Amino acid sequence: MPFLIIQRLLSTIPVLLVVAVVVFLMLRVSGDPAAILAGDTATSEQIEAVRVALGLDRPVWEQFLGWIVQVLRGDLGESLFTGLPVTTLIGQRIEPTAMLALTTIVFSVLVAVPLGVLAAWRANTWVDRAVMVFAVLGFSVPVFVLGYFLMYAFSISLRWLPVQGYTSPFVDFGAFLRQIILPTLTLSCIYIALIARITRASVMEVLNEDYIRTARAKGQIERIVLFRHALKNAAVPIVTVIGLGVALLIGGVVVTESVFNIPGLGRLVVDAITRRDYPIIQGLILFFAFIYVMLNLMIDLTYAALDPRIRY
Amino acid sequence: MSAVENAAPLAPPRAPSALAAVKRHPLAAVAALVLAAIVVAAVFAPWVGTVDPTALAPARRLAAASAEHWLGTDHLGRDVWSRMVYGARVSVTVGVAVAVLSIVVGLFVGLFTGFIRWLDPIVMRIMDGLMAIPGILLAIALVSVSGASMVTVIFAITVPEVPRVVRLVRSVVLSVREEPYVEAAVSVGTPLPLILWRHVVPNCVPPLIVQATYITASAMLTEAILSFLGAGTPPIIPSWGNMVAEARLLFQIAPWNLLFPGIALAVTILAVNVLGDALRDRLDPKLAKRVGR
Amino acid sequence: MTGKPVLSIRNLSVALPEGADRRHAVENVSFDVDPGEIVCVVGESGSGKSVTAFSVMGLLPPGELKPVQGEILLEGENVLTASPQRLRDLRGTRMAMIFQEPATALNPVMTVGQQIDEVLRIHTGLPPAERKAKVIGVLDAMHLPDPAGAYDKYPHQMSGGQRQRVMIAAAMALDPAILIADEPTTALDVTTQAQILTLIKEMQERRGTGVLFITHDFGVVAEIADKVVVMRQGSVVESGPAGAIFENPREDYTRMLISSVPSLDPPAREPAQGPVAVESIGLVKRYGGGGWFAKKGEGFLAVKGVDLSVRRGETLGVVGESGSGKSTVARCIVRLIDPTEGAVRLAGTDIAKLSTRGLRPYRRRIQIVFQDPYRSLNPRRTVGASIIEGPMNFGLPKAEATARARNLMGLVGLKPDALERYPHQFSGGQRQRLAIARALAMEPDVIIADEAVSALDVSVQKQVLELLDRVKREFDLALLFITHDLRVAAQICDRIMVMQRGEVVEAGPTRAMFRAPKHPYTAALLAAAPGRGFGETVAA
Repeated sequence: MPFLIIQRLLSTIPVLLVVAVVVFLMLRVSGDPAAILAGDTATSEQIEAVRVALGLDRPVWEQFLGWIVQVLRGDLGESLFTGLPVTTLIGQRIEPTAMLALTTIVFSVLVAVPLGVLAAWRANTWVDRAVMVFAVLGFSVPVFVLGYFLMYAFSISLRWLPVQGYTSPFVDFGAFLRQIILPTLTLSCIYIALIARITRASVMEVLNEDYIRTARAKGQIERIVLFRHALKNAAVPIVTVIGLGVALLIGGVVVTESVFNIPGLGRLVVDAITRRDYPIIQGLILFFAFIYVMLNLMIDLTYAALDPRIRY
Repeated sequence: MSAVENAAPLAPPRAPSALAAVKRHPLAAVAALVLAAIVVAAVFAPWVGTVDPTALAPARRLAAASAEHWLGTDHLGRDVWSRMVYGARVSVTVGVAVAVLSIVVGLFVGLFTGFIRWLDPIVMRIMDGLMAIPGILLAIALVSVSGASMVTVIFAITVPEVPRVVRLVRSVVLSVREEPYVEAAVSVGTPLPLILWRHVVPNCVPPLIVQATYITASAMLTEAILSFLGAGTPPIIPSWGNMVAEARLLFQIAPWNLLFPGIALAVTILAVNVLGDALRDRLDPKLAKRVGR
Repeated sequence: MTGKPVLSIRNLSVALPEGADRRHAVENVSFDVDPGEIVCVVGESGSGKSVTAFSVMGLLPPGELKPVQGEILLEGENVLTASPQRLRDLRGTRMAMIFQEPATALNPVMTVGQQIDEVLRIHTGLPPAERKAKVIGVLDAMHLPDPAGAYDKYPHQMSGGQRQRVMIAAAMALDPAILIADEPTTALDVTTQAQILTLIKEMQERRGTGVLFITHDFGVVAEIADKVVVMRQGSVVESGPAGAIFENPREDYTRMLISSVPSLDPPAREPAQGPVAVESIGLVKRYGGGGWFAKKGEGFLAVKGVDLSVRRGETLGVVGESGSGKSTVARCIVRLIDPTEGAVRLAGTDIAKLSTRGLRPYRRRIQIVFQDPYRSLNPRRTVGASIIEGPMNFGLPKAEATARARNLMGLVGLKPDALERYPHQFSGGQRQRLAIARALAMEPDVIIADEAVSALDVSVQKQVLELLDRVKREFDLALLFITHDLRVAAQICDRIMVMQRGEVVEAGPTRAMFRAPKHPYTAALLAAAPGRGFGETVAA
């Protein structure tokens, strides 16, 4: 097992390297990085100064090596606007984003998996159709449209919930709950749609397998056929999609935080866009890609527990 | 039951009559009609009761709907109906362009990765890397370094879509490559490009048509999000995303300004997705499993 | 054997969904199974034999197939009118079933012990410790080595034969009155099949269980049946005691089925005198290994140094069980895969190491016919397009290629207008004829038939075999015939090579080898062939 983990960890290196190359090249293929980093109002002397200060006058491969060494030391550069290290800024903003992601993943899985199983079991009935209609809707309504709609309904018209903002659960748990409900609902929609669809598809496929017929031939009741025999065999694709869906979630977080005015990493990105603060954008892309790769690595490692046939 | 009895023969796709198709998928027929209407409106935007969508009229800010302004005016007095119709141009252009581009590039790369063994690991690692970068962030970064323009937006949304197409095509190639009829073609001396063209590409077409609709929907969504975040099409061009972004400040006073473009966006994307699902059921029932949606 | 039947099927009809090619999957079927009796229901595909079996268990796919007439009495109780609850109570206790494919019939994520234990948990109130002891006892009764260890194994850690023993253990755990076996040995190798048949017989004799045994294989019927029910297109053709059916069949269809089964006694054949068309020397194929982390020489050796040669006008049979490497040899010789070591000499040239480009001129000379007739023709192209593809690759103008294809249609017994149609419009046997025509269109020296008749019903199988034999003689071809079926090999091959685990264990003229096998493995294969002796009596 330890050998397995090391092997899998090593296999993420090429992937992360590709991410690093893309992030590094992004600034360089689209024009003069010094001009971009110096800002729109910079004079040519200022641009030159930036060029020398950042070593942009050296060969590209040398720049890349220097930059990679920096990143490996945990240095993601400094914000052009505030001058603070990007890692410090990420540290300040990570809690709200992590909380929102956590509530969303937990809520979505709890809702979507039973829905998907139900739809598969009652395939081609009105139950199934209702779940599938919901799933298509979930994919189609843009996060911000849904967010403002929910805000309008529950906060502005009904006044049940606060309009915007975020409170840490470690400060005031009640306030945290009230404020996190709408963002969680907003963000969960597309994720629930995704998980419910894959659950339905893979459970439906498993239900056609011979061993389901065997279980019925033994006289087993439907509930156990469904949850013990079918769901466990359908687990690998479901768990995989939960992991891959995190990419979707990260995009959604940026928008949701902006709609509900939550001071997390998503807002950091949006502020960086308006201020053209490239080191922050670069740093966050690296950070999110790293989280995504590590999360999917962990999910990969659970396969062996879910399916005894899988041994690396 | 013996193996032969169970093997369902694969019928080649036959063109069903249009009427039968409508009967089988009434929802898809409605979706197709809605989309047709939106495309027509986008193409003939100047002739569907619109005025100049950028014309300011500070005197008539936030006016309610009337005969003159069908959907009222926004905070700068611009006609909301006109902006919506012109905004459709952005969504439709971006959706179609991204779908076509990513399918063409993905098909080409996927075909050769699937058949040339030494190329496969290299290309797939690059695709894994691209997929690890959240698509919206990648698009945001690309747009913000190269400046907001329609071309940049299309390029920025296409890049994260390509890996998914490559993976889809590759999975088809890998399964078709094992088919005895492809092996038979190899053993009668058919050269690789001809095998790809005759035996492999036709198998990629149905899943790619379906995938193209999904990409269209997701590209429209991403474009709207980019515009909403201020990293999309230039503010001077009306798009549904930047209409929502501008309306959000006055959301509590004039919610309809946000609602109309929001609904237009949701309905369009919904129609594309419904059409995609119907196509999937018809052309490629297995796709649901392959791309995980 | 007398006494009250445990299972009695009376005038059973099962409706097919609307739009099917006939109205009933099963029509007016009646027969009895007595205690301790093995009743074989035998028929070709589409005969309704499996539908009958599934009707008894109440496991027909809902909404597709529906019993519309008759009754199925299990110890006097009609299961067609039983409530779902009652049906569940009966399954596993009074009636049990085993299936064709033990690899997929067991749940891959549950241990073998849990899956047998499930039957006891559903139907008995025994405490866990007693259940476990009983499960291990049942595994032991199935002659599984190390039954306590088997309890914690997963299905993928067992062989095909062991998995089928586990299925039988789960079925027999509560001593049902009737065991329904749906082609339980079709997916198994011949030696494993013999062991499973012995086990089923033992269960029936010791425990007095009635067995309803579904099969397409008359050899198996001859081996175990007390009573035979012959079915065709949903109806019973004839039924009676096994001896009577074999010695004195009343119906033409039964007679035709029995006479289609190839005899295990090969006819005398003249040794072929033609020049050697293809030969392999020291052929080795290794899968895997050679990666970054693997040591050199690791991986799986599928073929370990095979020498063979086939003359023109000769049929060489390569016989072996699954995993013997016989198909790998075939695919190396056609160069669908690249051999690791060794030479393949075709027309005086070693083609084993030729580049794709260098290989092209030789592709024409050697052609292959595959096992699965449903996948060997591109479903999206007309049959004609598939057949003329090869000749046109070698520069034949389209008109001439089409003319050649039309001639070939006559040769393989199809009409020339078949060329404009699509593969799904043909039956399995017809498609195999088309695949042979495609191979012949290249005017090859050598044809390799890789299990080319294994997926076909016996009556169709016989015709395709005759076709292969005829084209071999007409075109003076070298035919390399890969098969697992000794009966088929006996009928068509001049010489036979027996393979086991990648090696040739014995080679020689067919008749001599069948009459006096030298290697113990060959002898074991011949001894395991079901229904030994029955073919000879019919032929005589």
